[in-house]
Amino acid sequence: MSLLATHALTAFYGDFQALYGVDIDVEQGETIAIIGANGAGKSTLLRTLTGLLPAKADAVTFEGRPIGGLRAVDVMRLGVGMAPEGRKLFPSLSVEENLRIGGDNRQGKGPWSLTTVYDLFPTLSERRYQPGTALSGGQQQMVAIGRALMSNPKLLLCDEISLGLAPIVINDIYAALPKIQASGAGIVIVEQDIARAMSVSSRVFCLQEGRVTLRGRPTDLTREAIHEAYFGV
Amino acid sequence: MIVALDTILQGVLLGGLYALFAAGLSLIFGVMRLVNLAHGDVIVVAAFALLAVMNHLGLGLAAALLLIAPGMFVLGYGLQYLLLNRVIGKDILPPLLITFGLSIFAQNGLLEVFSADSRRLPANGWENASLALAPGLAVGVVPLMTLAAAIAVIVGLNQLFYRTKMGRAFRAVSDDPTTAQLMGVDPRRVFAIAMGLAFGVAAIAALFLGVRSNFDPSIGPARLIFAFEAVIIGGLGSLWGTLAGGVFLGLAQTIGAAVNPEWQILAGHVAFLVVLIARPRGLFPREVD
Repeated sequence: MSLLATHALTAFYGDFQALYGVDIDVEQGETIAIIGANGAGKSTLLRTLTGLLPAKADAVTFEGRPIGGLRAVDVMRLGVGMAPEGRKLFPSLSVEENLRIGGDNRQGKGPWSLTTVYDLFPTLSERRYQPGTALSGGQQQMVAIGRALMSNPKLLLCDEISLGLAPIVINDIYAALPKIQASGAGIVIVEQDIARAMSVSSRVFCLQEGRVTLRGRPTDLTREAIHEAYFGV
Repeated sequence: MIVALDTILQGVLLGGLYALFAAGLSLIFGVMRLVNLAHGDVIVVAAFALLAVMNHLGLGLAAALLLIAPGMFVLGYGLQYLLLNRVIGKDILPPLLITFGLSIFAQNGLLEVFSADSRRLPANGWENASLALAPGLAVGVVPLMTLAAAIAVIVGLNQLFYRTKMGRAFRAVSDDPTTAQLMGVDPRRVFAIAMGLAFGVAAIAALFLGVRSNFDPSIGPARLIFAFEAVIIGGLGSLWGTLAGGVFLGLAQTIGAAVNPEWQILAGHVAFLVVLIARPRGLFPREVD
């Protein structure tokens, strides 16, 4: 049984349809990547998975349970953590408070706590009392990931975690992913940097205009196939 | 010299009452950007509720407050959860209209039940007690307790905001309700708790209002204006600023009244306008907004 799976998932913004029958799945402890151009529906897909956008109940299953259409607070409590696009730290909260609020409503037990998150990103420990938004972009991204981990999620969703960051900082952040995976969580990364996405994931799904146009193991996919799936012809 | 000192002292003490009026308004605005036009009437409702339980159950002031403050919390929680949460959102107009309607509803409801008679909360002579500080300089015990209560409420709310899990949720929801949901924080519940707290603080304000002066069903809107001015003078969203704003307003009114008794209210409004011109964001504006 998959940790998370979608079944012919559709999503709408008003009359505008953003997803047309998307099927993806993640196994326990697996990292998958969702790639695609701007507007392909990647962020919409994550918003639907977290309950921020409505979905049919059985269009999304988590550990076999239908969770489509549940409220975001309930999806989170079941064990889905999200590092949202643009990081979205709370400006009124310090770095440490931003991390704490991630764990304030946790249900599950697990390895993540303030101590282990600071071990994962030591640079945050030095800046724990500063406002979250006083940090550099890369450090803010670390806070956003740490904040999601504080709930000890079974599934971690990372939306565009490399967007707008310097390559050296992106390396630091991606270096943390195997450690997170080793703790047992499934990971979904949404990424525009295809090479980066392929390097950390065991399977890749390419979205184009709200449909999955390609899926497979990174080693099985040719450059041409990805190019076609990414941009269309 | 003594007269000047007395004026300043009385002004600061009066400011304590205005800060109590304003604390709930400031809390609600800080958490959910909602302006509750019925806040003055909520205080008056609480004052009548205190009067009713004192008269019918024979309770003292403190016991009545212990009963009414939690009751007001429940009322505020329910009102927010069942009514105001339905209209809160990007458009600020619907909640304004609803609270405006609630204000009319509260005034007329009170008029129906309690009549238009002017009332006062009985305080066993406490209302006239005073402490002599120097020849010609005395402070009333009730005004002193009012200021102490205002400081205690502000300190308490600040501790709640900056030291507790609930406070983190308040600030996070105020910053970004969508992302807060991803943290398992339910904005609707947080809003309801904030409104409940504001109603509980309104019960404390009602006690001091009712002991110090007469009240009747129609005086709510005037209390609302003082509360508004205190919040704006202090800076939106800052609790300590609200206390400072209340004291500033109290001082302006008392100094105005010392020059000419007719100028008390006018002096307060003029001081408010001067602050708006000189520092449009108030004396202690919040850094992040």
